[in-house]
Amino acid sequence: MLLLALDTSTPAVTAGLVALDETSGAVDVLAERVTINPRAHGELLTPHLKDAASTAGVALSDLDAVVCGIGPGPFTGLRAGMVTAASLAHALDIPAYPVCSLDAIAAEAGTGTPLLVATDARRREVYWARYAADGTREAGPAVSPPADIDIGGARVVGQAGAMLTDTANEPSYPTTNGLARAAASSVMARGEPEPLTPLYLRRPDAAEPGERKRVTEVSR
Amino acid sequence: MSRVIMGIETSCDETGVGLVRLSENDAADATATGPRVELLADEVASSVELHARYGGVVPEVASRAHLEAMAPTARRALATAGLTLSDVDAIAVTAGPGLAGALLVGVAAAKAYAAALDVPLYGVNHLAGHVAVDTLEHGPLPRPCLALLVSGGHTQLLRVDDVASKITELGSTVDDAAGEAYDKVARIVGLPYPGGPPIDKAAREGDPEAIAFPRGMTGPRDAPFDFSFSGLKTAVARWIEAAERNGESIPVPDVCASFQEAVADVLTMKAVAAAREYGIGTMVISGGVAANSRLSALARERCEAAGIELRVPRPRLCTDNGAMIAALGAHVVAADLPASPLDFSGTPALPVSTVTVR
Repeated sequence: MLLLALDTSTPAVTAGLVALDETSGAVDVLAERVTINPRAHGELLTPHLKDAASTAGVALSDLDAVVCGIGPGPFTGLRAGMVTAASLAHALDIPAYPVCSLDAIAAEAGTGTPLLVATDARRREVYWARYAADGTREAGPAVSPPADIDIGGARVVGQAGAMLTDTANEPSYPTTNGLARAAASSVMARGEPEPLTPLYLRRPDAAEPGERKRVTEVSR
Repeated sequence: MSRVIMGIETSCDETGVGLVRLSENDAADATATGPRVELLADEVASSVELHARYGGVVPEVASRAHLEAMAPTARRALATAGLTLSDVDAIAVTAGPGLAGALLVGVAAAKAYAAALDVPLYGVNHLAGHVAVDTLEHGPLPRPCLALLVSGGHTQLLRVDDVASKITELGSTVDDAAGEAYDKVARIVGLPYPGGPPIDKAAREGDPEAIAFPRGMTGPRDAPFDFSFSGLKTAVARWIEAAERNGESIPVPDVCASFQEAVADVLTMKAVAAAREYGIGTMVISGGVAANSRLSALARERCEAAGIELRVPRPRLCTDNGAMIAALGAHVVAADLPASPLDFSGTPALPVSTVTVR
């Protein structure tokens, strides 16, 4: 099956073409375009996915499914990827499979040791999730100040890993390979995909107005 | 030959998808002054109710709603028109002005549709869309015409030489938009958000001459075609506070009627003056506030007296929608203008002189 993988939940604007072997679940990345720029998701994602398709030598109409990272991540950038995935799925009449973006980083990092995946949530907080040695997510996704997160003996990966530990934290961002691996079982099941619902994890900043401010002095 | 254009609008709190059909003019029809554009579908999902308790549009709330509503609204528009996406020949999308995060959702969606369908994409100006929408109802626009755009976010006087390519701003508000003044005054007198409809309704029972509220920017040294509504809002607040101090009950209908009169008076006075100054014989009033009963009545009266043809699209087309963007897209396509590149971004302060993003 031919998959397009997209993620805009981190500063990485990621689009890649993947061949998924339906029997073995093996993932073969055919082409990938990535730009690290937290302010260019809306600009670059469609050019990237077109470039990746043309590098892979496929037309978008050949796609069998879209796989999209649904965060958690900074809201505005995250939405660029998600609305792109939803619109492509509509236009091409193919399913769009959601993947927790932290799961995609964990899938790229591989199994064998417990993992803690952390990405930047701004405001001195991180988005994080914890995975067992076999790759099962055990906690999260959540958003917390770094001091509140118990690393335990986990290997820390993800772009915000440096906020938690001094050790190396590759992979930093969701990759095409990781997104496809994290989605493989749902895609192969060929079921109705889960809805593409973003993992915001925070409510919008908005305060209801208080008492109307007076424009004239109150005389005493 | 005819072409179908899909328009996508997400600049504020309405997710709009419209579909129009652009038909080539019969070469023998010498009376045609512009392309024939026909409305096929106009679907809008509004998040206005989610903003009501905040007294104004909350950008993040609007952006979240756009993401949820985008594909369902597009599906509804296609179903209404009895078309499929394979019938769509071009995509137009609001590139600005508007809320950055809200614009991004529509722009990203439009790019994906254009890429998947392999059709050209036009990033177009929201304000020009408010003018172009009138062609769906009243046919081609005379050149030039004057446009008065009044909504919650915009108050502009425009000279429109060609809606697809040449629009000049003659004036705009220096502070609050007219619709914003309605929202703020509604809050002051205890009416719900958005303030336009309830103030219009209350004003019908009131005396427009009861209170002499100021007409902003009408002094001899003021810019002749700019507007100001912030002082008017403050004048209403002062008047109410003085009445409260004196223990008087607030005559809400009179306050609304007098406030509304001040807004309509300044808007129509300056619009008619601009039409005279530039020798323009047709005026289009559009934007959400165009639905205001006093504004349209006074505009009709003053345009008639000045010998100006007045065109006001029906209220459904005056508020933000996708049809206006599709209509503008059709004019841009008909003019054979180049498509936008796929790497453009939404521009919150896009000037009206930029009708299509290159």
